[in-house]
Amino acid sequence: MTKNANVEDLDHVVVRFSGDSGDGMQLAGNIFSTISATVGNDICTFPDYPADIRAPQGSLTGVSGFQVHIGAGKVFTPGDKCDVLVAMNPAALKTQYKFCKPTGAIIIDTDCFNEVDLKKAEFQTLNAIEEMGIKNDVIAAPITQMVKDCLADSGMDNKAILKCRNMFALGLVCWLFNRDLTVAANMLKEKFVKKPGLAESNIKVIQAGYDYGHNTHSSVSHTYTIETKEKKGKGIFMDINGNKATAYGMIAAAEKAGLKLYLGSYPITPATDVLHELAKHKSLGVTTVQCEDEIAGCASAVGASFAGALGCTSTSGPGICLKSEAMNLAVILELPLVVLDVQRGGPATGLPTKSEQTDLLQCLFGRNGESPMPVIAAISPTDCFDAAYSACKMALEHMTPVVLMTDAFIANGSAAWKLPNLEEYPAINPPYVTSEMKGNWAPYQRNPETGVRYWATPGTEGFCHILGGLEKDNKTGAISTNPENHDLMTHLRQDKIDKIPVPDVEVLGDKDDAELLIVGFGGTFGHLHASMDEMRAAGKKVALAHFKFVNPLPKNTASVLKKYKKVVVAEQNLGQFAGWLRMKVDNFAPYQFNEVKGQPFAVSDLVKAFTEIYNK
Amino acid sequence: MSEYTAKDFKKGQPRWCPGCGDHFFLASLQKAMAEIGIAPYDIAVISGIGCSSRLPHYMATYGMNTIHGRAAAIATGCKIANPNLTVWQVSGDGDGLAIGGNHFIHTNRRNIDLNMILLNNRIYGLTKGQYSPTSPRGFVSKSSPYGTVEDPFRPAELCFGARGHFFARAVATDAPGTIEILKAAQAHKGASVCEILQNCIIFNNGTHESVHTPEGRAKNAIYLEHGKPMIFGENKEFGLVQEGFGLKVAKIGENGITEKDILVHDAHCEDNTLQLKLALMEGPDFPIALGVIRDVEAPTYNDAIEEQIEDVKSKKTYHNFQELLMTNDTWEVK
Repeated sequence: MTKNANVEDLDHVVVRFSGDSGDGMQLAGNIFSTISATVGNDICTFPDYPADIRAPQGSLTGVSGFQVHIGAGKVFTPGDKCDVLVAMNPAALKTQYKFCKPTGAIIIDTDCFNEVDLKKAEFQTLNAIEEMGIKNDVIAAPITQMVKDCLADSGMDNKAILKCRNMFALGLVCWLFNRDLTVAANMLKEKFVKKPGLAESNIKVIQAGYDYGHNTHSSVSHTYTIETKEKKGKGIFMDINGNKATAYGMIAAAEKAGLKLYLGSYPITPATDVLHELAKHKSLGVTTVQCEDEIAGCASAVGASFAGALGCTSTSGPGICLKSEAMNLAVILELPLVVLDVQRGGPATGLPTKSEQTDLLQCLFGRNGESPMPVIAAISPTDCFDAAYSACKMALEHMTPVVLMTDAFIANGSAAWKLPNLEEYPAINPPYVTSEMKGNWAPYQRNPETGVRYWATPGTEGFCHILGGLEKDNKTGAISTNPENHDLMTHLRQDKIDKIPVPDVEVLGDKDDAELLIVGFGGTFGHLHASMDEMRAAGKKVALAHFKFVNPLPKNTASVLKKYKKVVVAEQNLGQFAGWLRMKVDNFAPYQFNEVKGQPFAVSDLVKAFTEIYNK
Repeated sequence: MSEYTAKDFKKGQPRWCPGCGDHFFLASLQKAMAEIGIAPYDIAVISGIGCSSRLPHYMATYGMNTIHGRAAAIATGCKIANPNLTVWQVSGDGDGLAIGGNHFIHTNRRNIDLNMILLNNRIYGLTKGQYSPTSPRGFVSKSSPYGTVEDPFRPAELCFGARGHFFARAVATDAPGTIEILKAAQAHKGASVCEILQNCIIFNNGTHESVHTPEGRAKNAIYLEHGKPMIFGENKEFGLVQEGFGLKVAKIGENGITEKDILVHDAHCEDNTLQLKLALMEGPDFPIALGVIRDVEAPTYNDAIEEQIEDVKSKKTYHNFQELLMTNDTWEVK
């Protein structure tokens, strides 16, 4: 292997940090992402957690990964495979090597490739690299020993010292990509603000890792830079994941509407972080209630909306099953409610930490009766903010429950986000009753244009009324079993949803002359966009129509879908969105690409499949 | 003096069967609300599903007739979102203790400031006569033609087991007794459970026969009053005394028992041991306890959450969304 300190400039690079779930790989990955974002690179990250909280140390099931894609220009996905794989132990190498490109470099801690650890990872020999037939560049560094030496005088105990191994690996990666360590130092100082000693030790170890790479030039042929080519717009940025962005969107919408934000919830992977995030913000008046079950989470949110708050509930697919009766109640009560579904693998408990798009039909239809409900599917981690804001605005202005769909991939994945200015966001105006209506008002009177009923909240004099789950007379609001009235009310509820204005779906890429239109919805936007880019770079005429507003569909849906010779609907289920489109667009017969692996799409798989369709 | 009369809380024509306990309870609730004097527009009455859950339709307040079993959960969100509202939650024994049992116990445990009415006729009426979780063992119904083989819940036990702080009981046909406990429930800050013993004239006629009439109650019930000796009987000839770990009915004047030996009711006692014994008394050996059995002050969830919000507001430096954004690690692109 040549030792060469040449510096090569890259357009983009994918780094995957992996180790035991207690090894701090998420932190190392986060810091590296932020350092890169700070210099203006675009980032897209994906943490890959094991399902077990603490699997036995060193075991194959206990490996935790964090992948980040760094680009000189825009990056849309965390990348299929990595250019650098950090494997802190044999189990990580064994399980994560499949995510490494043939040309990728691998960093291992040789101190952890001892007989005991190799055995835990079910290696047969004492040479893991050889046993796996790995031909990649390997930076084999005695990380554990060097961290121990580095912190020998720190006064820390052995266990605490070993927890700093991740920072050594981070330092080494920073050297490999010529990253400035100042940002990392500041982040650690911030993180350990109450333990300055710990911050110092971590910073020292990062520097040691960096210096080790620099002094030995390790066993790689190059170090790299990723010069920012496509400047992001000016502004202040932060790194944000989808769950946090969703929580922020709800907070922003409640503030804009001047309403109390109420979240009724029950812990469930991968949605719990939304509850965690909102629970922190009591200083903004946010009220979160961890309820006795999913049912109460949703039911209490309906109660909160009745009382005049913005009622929200957060869950994942299994929770939607339980919430469906209270969601349905909100449909007939015609009260605002935002139901967040952070999708995971199903059915039943399924794959709790993995990502799918298999809840679409459940969200659209999983209720008794004709129960129309708007569905918005966020398309990226940062879009979760806008999608959540839109969901709250729609719920409040149209007096309806709205399902906001995200998924484990965009909920946990993060990207650089330009801080929004709430003043630039559209106003939220719920259809409150006015004092002129007093004495001449009934709860199911509607705005003739929008079909939306007016909102009178308890505590308002002159508007005492009852709502309920029984069918109501369309005029008086009294219980009614009249056949014509029920038919009318069924239509009124449907029309109200159909009339909700949503923006047209945008066609990206070769919108005028594409041979193939790729269609998707929700969290797959990045992968579909990247696959389109790759095909266009190969000279093909390809466009992408990616849907965020699923119900109601944008007005231009049919014209877009009918415009192109070939259309492929790609989704992480067995064709739910394609089926929905077929139901709504006459004579629509697309190709389908369906994959349900619990993992994000691989762009390479998409390109291969789309190219086959393209060439047919 | 309240500026309201029962009429101010009345709406529509109830459609329950003639003689149903719900009619009696509704009238008492409207009278109690008039005496309490809170404006109808500051009151929300929230029910689930079942015969008794139709009640909000006949109230001139804000109301919601929701879904089966979820009234307590919906009322919880309503109260927390707007603590200024007075929230009454109305459920039957099926709604409240079967499908809604989980919400019943957790609402008590959390101590949400709700008035929780449990209309107990020991039967499913709206589905036409199946046994309920309060039907006695062996109860014959359409769904238990050979008698049930399960024990019923005793609502007080559930309430106390969930660390409830208020439990009272009245017979629906006894308007003064009902109004009294409803007023006490309103006065109590926190979850207040009122068990209303009521008859289902169609499917479970006579279920509370022994205390249905004034004469029956004089003989078979004891009206508990905080601070008063627990004396009962047609001629006030009996009293409750403690014996070992239990209660015993003693006849005053016999075996040297005088009025001074009779236990004095303490509804405010934090330890619920004796209150539970009172609540579980049943004939023929014991009278059925009516009135306020337990009424103990405790912090409410809704107050505590408001206090926490104020406390955090005073400590945190960010108070709006834009300020929140700046609490993150950020960088600037110039």
